[in-house]
Amino acid sequence: MRILLMGNPNVGKSVVFSRLTGVNVIASNYPGTTVGYTRGFMKLGEEKVEVIDVPGTYTLEPTSEAEEVARRMLDAGNIVINVVDATNLERNLYLTLQLLERNIPVIVALNIWDDTRHRGINIELDKLRELLGVPVIPTVAITGQGIKELAGSIPNTNAASPEAPVRSRDERWAAIGNIVEKVQRVTHRHHTWSERLADASVKPLRGGIIALIVIAGAFFVVRFIGESLIGYVLEPLFENLWALVILRLSSLLGGESFIHQILIGKITGDEVNFVESFGLLTSGLYVPFAMVLPYIIAFYLMLGLLEDSGYLPRLAVLMDTIMHRLGLHGYAIIPILLGLGCNVPAILATRILESNRERFIAATLISVAVPCAALQAMIFGLVGERGGQYVAVVYGTLFVVWIILGIILRYAARGFTPELLIEIPPYRLPQWRAVVQKLWMRVYGFLAEALPVILGAILVINILDILGIFGAIANFTAPVVTGLLGLPKEAVTALVIGFLRKDVAVGMLAPLALTAEQLVVGSVVLAMSFPCIATFIVLLRELGVVGMVKATGIMVSAALIAGGLLNVVL
Amino acid sequence: MTGGGEIPLTRMQTGQSGTVIQIQGGFGLVNRLAALNIRPGKRITKVSSMLMRGPVTIEVDRTQVAIGFGMANRVIVELDEAAK
Repeated sequence: MRILLMGNPNVGKSVVFSRLTGVNVIASNYPGTTVGYTRGFMKLGEEKVEVIDVPGTYTLEPTSEAEEVARRMLDAGNIVINVVDATNLERNLYLTLQLLERNIPVIVALNIWDDTRHRGINIELDKLRELLGVPVIPTVAITGQGIKELAGSIPNTNAASPEAPVRSRDERWAAIGNIVEKVQRVTHRHHTWSERLADASVKPLRGGIIALIVIAGAFFVVRFIGESLIGYVLEPLFENLWALVILRLSSLLGGESFIHQILIGKITGDEVNFVESFGLLTSGLYVPFAMVLPYIIAFYLMLGLLEDSGYLPRLAVLMDTIMHRLGLHGYAIIPILLGLGCNVPAILATRILESNRERFIAATLISVAVPCAALQAMIFGLVGERGGQYVAVVYGTLFVVWIILGIILRYAARGFTPELLIEIPPYRLPQWRAVVQKLWMRVYGFLAEALPVILGAILVINILDILGIFGAIANFTAPVVTGLLGLPKEAVTALVIGFLRKDVAVGMLAPLALTAEQLVVGSVVLAMSFPCIATFIVLLRELGVVGMVKATGIMVSAALIAGGLLNVVL
Repeated sequence: MTGGGEIPLTRMQTGQSGTVIQIQGGFGLVNRLAALNIRPGKRITKVSSMLMRGPVTIEVDRTQVAIGFGMANRVIVELDEAAK
């Protein structure tokens, strides 16, 4: 048996899903959080049934890729749990009626039930059940209220299939008007402070000021948490404890052996340079844990808070005019912000955009000019050492590239950009449990997916180094690397390793004794050039071979142009 | 009632309320707006509009929706008596 969770965007389907199956999925307070589908299993008596979290859709007449996915899934389900936002009954019932016309058993979960009271909405449940002819269960998924009743109603629903006539759009709305009039009473009440803030944040002047405060605040909080974790926790741990273990091991292994180079790398005397030594147990652990992880934690904590508060769609409204200059509309700001964490989920999130053209532009801009958290952590760590102004040059360059490339793509990419049309959810106070859980999922995801690649990359680096292959590549590419970018020819090894992991690649620039200017050029070229392997795969899947080849071509040329110009200017 | 009372969303003042009377567009636009419960007969209030032909934000049934300028221009509203 297969149960589908369907409903309008941002009604809490993913939270209901987590509650039913125990499988954690990313849930946020903006329409379009779920773009693919997630499956999980729940126990129903003795039986194990499949539950699918379907992307949100307003209607069964699809208007975006995510809605298309939803419509196709419908044919594969046995029961639909239609999650409905109780505070917005009328609009939500449109999909409910469409589902009922499909003659598939439906259970309505009337979610966000707790909010109806604050909002002065009174719904007569019995009457609604009678009029719809299906079970209606009030739920508050975020606290778990009503979930047991919801699960309990599934076995009884299996047999009963309601019958509904197929209606036209106007007939459906008329029927809904009829139902709403009978079951819902709305009493007037005053604006709450969060509604006042909600209105202010989509007004041009006040909204702009709020956006600046939010973005600047988020940036400083991320840096503060990241630096504190590094300075007070992780660096002392590595410098004072792990260094002793490494030195002991080093003397046991003897300085010159093959195993020593692989595990510990190059160390001189009785000091371990964790950034430059490049062994599996030195840089292989120090880069992911002491340089990148703190920023991953800090960034995703902040992003989680922003996502759950409901601020992001408001930012999309504010950014809409600017984003249209880049061939996108305001909602593209959400995948771009996700890209500051990791480009892979960001490129997946471009599915919330309607047209192929927008998705191509957004995916290309993300992979060229939006550095992921791991890369940024390394840029802060290594370039920041030479002075904040150099970090500013790196970010400034990426920003300028983002704008210029966006403008070019706007005119060059075929098709048109549709206009913004989004629902703006109310502000909600993020629930700390949900935020921590989401943070843990993302941090765990980083460790599970990035750590093996980082260690693999360092292994590959050492083996290639021992075999002398890097020397050959370096000589071959010297004209470009030295001539155009002004970097020593050894820097090409970093550019090659950038295909595996960009954080490790920036780390490889450390032992080369570069000037600050060279480090800036190296970081920018690394950030912009070839995508890392994980991004490469997701680009291929989302854009197809032709799109991916185009995007990659744009990346490499843009990287060489920007790097070359920087080399001349600096 | 005709004349000054019927204007597109883009020309409403912030805070004004009215009733949608027509959507001047093809089936696709009518459908997309209807999915968000913006259709003839619905009462709406304008919350804000962005500068430089930016999106218009309206409230319909206690829910806020942001609509791109071009689309908003094709949603015709009859203003409430009090707002004229």
